[in-house]
Amino acid sequence: MRKIVLAGNPNVGKSVVFSQLTGSKVMISNYAGTTVEFTKGSLTTENESFEVLDAPGTYSLEPTSKVEEVASTLVDRADIVINVVDATNLERNLFLTTELLEREVPLIVALNMIDEAGHKGVKIDIEKLEELLGVPVIPTVAVSGEGLKELVNSLPRAINRKKASLNTSDRWAFIGDLVGKVQAVVHRHHSWLETLQDASLRPATGLPLAAVVLFLAFQLVIGLGEFLHEFMEDYVFEGFYETLILYLSEALGGRGFLHDILIGQLVDGAVDFEESLGVLTTGVFVELGVVLPFLAVFYMVLGFLEDSGYLPRLAVMVDRSMHRLGLHGYSIIPMVLGFGCNVPAALAARNLESRRERFIACTLMSVAIPCMAQLALIVGLVGRHGLDYLAVVFASLFFIWVVLGLIIDRVMPGYTPSMVIEIPPYRIPSFKAQVKKLGMRIRGFLVHATPYILGGILVVNILYTLGIIHFLGVLFAPAVQGLLGLPGDAVSTLLIGFLRKDVAVAMMIPLGLTARQLVIGAVVLAAYFPCAATFTVLVKELGVVDMAKSAVIMVVTAFSAGFILNLLLDTVIPAAYLAVGLVVLSLILPMVLGSTSDRRELSDLDETA
Amino acid sequence: MEVSLVDMKPGQTGIVKKIQGGFNLNQKLNQLGLREGKQIKKISSVFNRGPVTISVDNYQVAIGYGKAVRIMVEVEELA
Repeated sequence: MRKIVLAGNPNVGKSVVFSQLTGSKVMISNYAGTTVEFTKGSLTTENESFEVLDAPGTYSLEPTSKVEEVASTLVDRADIVINVVDATNLERNLFLTTELLEREVPLIVALNMIDEAGHKGVKIDIEKLEELLGVPVIPTVAVSGEGLKELVNSLPRAINRKKASLNTSDRWAFIGDLVGKVQAVVHRHHSWLETLQDASLRPATGLPLAAVVLFLAFQLVIGLGEFLHEFMEDYVFEGFYETLILYLSEALGGRGFLHDILIGQLVDGAVDFEESLGVLTTGVFVELGVVLPFLAVFYMVLGFLEDSGYLPRLAVMVDRSMHRLGLHGYSIIPMVLGFGCNVPAALAARNLESRRERFIACTLMSVAIPCMAQLALIVGLVGRHGLDYLAVVFASLFFIWVVLGLIIDRVMPGYTPSMVIEIPPYRIPSFKAQVKKLGMRIRGFLVHATPYILGGILVVNILYTLGIIHFLGVLFAPAVQGLLGLPGDAVSTLLIGFLRKDVAVAMMIPLGLTARQLVIGAVVLAAYFPCAATFTVLVKELGVVDMAKSAVIMVVTAFSAGFILNLLLDTVIPAAYLAVGLVVLSLILPMVLGSTSDRRELSDLDETA
Repeated sequence: MEVSLVDMKPGQTGIVKKIQGGFNLNQKLNQLGLREGKQIKKISSVFNRGPVTISVDNYQVAIGYGKAVRIMVEVEELA
C-alpha cells in the first residue's frame, strides 16, 4: 500500500484535510502544535488504497523541535506528499514547498483556506502557480470539504521535480519572485475579529481580558459542573440507579464476596454511593456521577478556547511570568491541557524546544496541576467543609508550582530561550466541530478511564478483604501520622493514587477525615506522583533518567508540602488566611527574585552574535 | 532610524535590517518568513520585558524579549 504524507506549516489545516480524506477522527484546534505525533488513516479511491499519514506541522525540513523532526522523517518515508499550504500566507508556506520539491518524492499542493484568502483580499493565480512550481495545485477549503474530491482525483498527477538544492537566501529570492507573479493583494479594512485580535495582544486590554477569560472558564467549570453533578446524583443515581442496585443486592443474597465487590457495604440498608466502595456503586458513581459532569464542561470550555485561537494569545500575556519559572509563554498550553488530563499535556510539551523546558514543564505540570477527574472529587469532598479549605488546596498547589519553578530554573544549568510563536487569526468555532471534538474526548475518557476506575475499586476491595490495607496502615502509621497528621489507613489512598487519582481521593471519604486532614490528603495526592497513565507517557517523553529525577522532586515536594500544611493549617493559621497568604507569596516571590533564564539567554546571544 | 523591535512603537511599520543572533535564531526566524528586507508592523509589546507581537504579510508572530532586542528595524516615518 502506498503512503501519502500530509505535510505543511503548523495550523494550516492538515488534520482537517486528513479527517476529510480518511474519515478518521483526530484532534483539530486553531493553534500551532495540536498534532504532536503522526496519525494513520486509510483512503480508498477507484483504483487504489492508500495509507494516509497526518504529520505534525513544520516550517522547514530542517527541524528545530522534536515535533518537527517527526514531520521531516515522515516525508522521507512517503510515496506521495500532499503539501497543505495556507493560501492566506503563501510566501511563508512556500518555503517548505520548495524544500519538498528538492526531495525525491512526488508532490501535490493543496492550497487550503482559499476562501479565507479571498476574504483577506488575497487573490492567487492558481494556473500560474501550478506552472511555476511544476506540480499540481488544488484549491481547497478543508473545513467544508470543498476541493477534496479534486485533490483525490489528482493523486495520479503527483510528480517529482527533484529541483536543485537552494541555499536559504536563494530560496527566498525564488519564492519572492514567484509570489510576485501569482499573487495580488487588495487592501481592505479591519474586521471586528481583527480588532479584537489586536486588542487581546496589547497588555492594557489583553491582560484584563486574560483575567476575565480564565475567571469565566473557572466559574463555568465549577458552577455548571456542580449543577450537572447534582443532577446526576439526585435524578439518575439516587432516583433510578439505586433501585436497580438494591434489586441486584437482593438477588445476590445481600452478602458474600461477590456482593462486597460489586455493591460493597450497604449503609443502613441503603446504597451510599460515596462510601459503599463497590465496583458498581462507588466505581460507577465516581466515573459517571462525579468526574464526567465536570470533565464534560471543562472540555466544552477548552474546545472553545482552542478553536477560537485564544490560547496563543494567552501565551503572550503570561510569557513574562512563565519566564521566571524557567519556561516561556507557550508552555501555558500543556498547563491548561493538564487540567483536563495530564496525558495529553505531557504530549503537548513536545512543542517546547529544549530538553530543559520539557523537563520543567512536565515536572511542574504533574506536580501542581490536578486533572479534572481528581479536581471534581476534591471540589466535592473538600468544598463541603467550606470554600476556605478548598481555597487552601488551590493556593498550596499554585504556591508549589511557582516555588518549584523558581528553584528548578536556578538549579538547572542552561536557560530557556524566549519564544517565537505564530499567532493564528481568531476564528468563530463551528458548533458541529465543537460537538464532534467534545464527543471524541468524552468517548476517550470513558474508554481509557473505565478500566482504571473500576479496576482501582476492585483492587481496593481485594486489598481490604485480605487485610493488606490494614497491615500497611499499621506499618506506615508512624510516618503518615507523624509527618502528615493522617490516620495510618490513608496509606491506602496513596497506594491507589498510583493507579488512579480520582479513586484515591474518593477513598478518603470512608476514612472520616477532618477538614484539615482532607486538605493535606488532597494536596499530597495531587503532587506526590503521576497516575499510571501519565507516568507511562512521561517516561517516554522525558526518558528514564529525567523521569527519575522528576519523580524524586515530586515525592520530596509532596511530602514537604504536606508536612508544612500539617504544621500550619488551623493550628497556627486559619484556612482563609493561609490561602490568601500563599497566593500573595506566590505572586511576590518571582518579582523579588527575577529570572536567571533571561540573564543567561542575553549573555548567550551576545556570545553567538 | 534603526531601532530594535522592542524600541519600536505599536502601530509603526519598518523594514528588518539585521538579526543579531546566532545561526539558530536566524534559521528559526527565517523559516517563519521573517528575514532581512521584510516589511513588518509592530502590534504590541508587553511591558517589563514581555514579548513583542508583530505582523508580517498576513500573519502575526510573537517574539520573546530576549530575541526581539536582537532584531533591528529601520522604522518608516509616517507620511
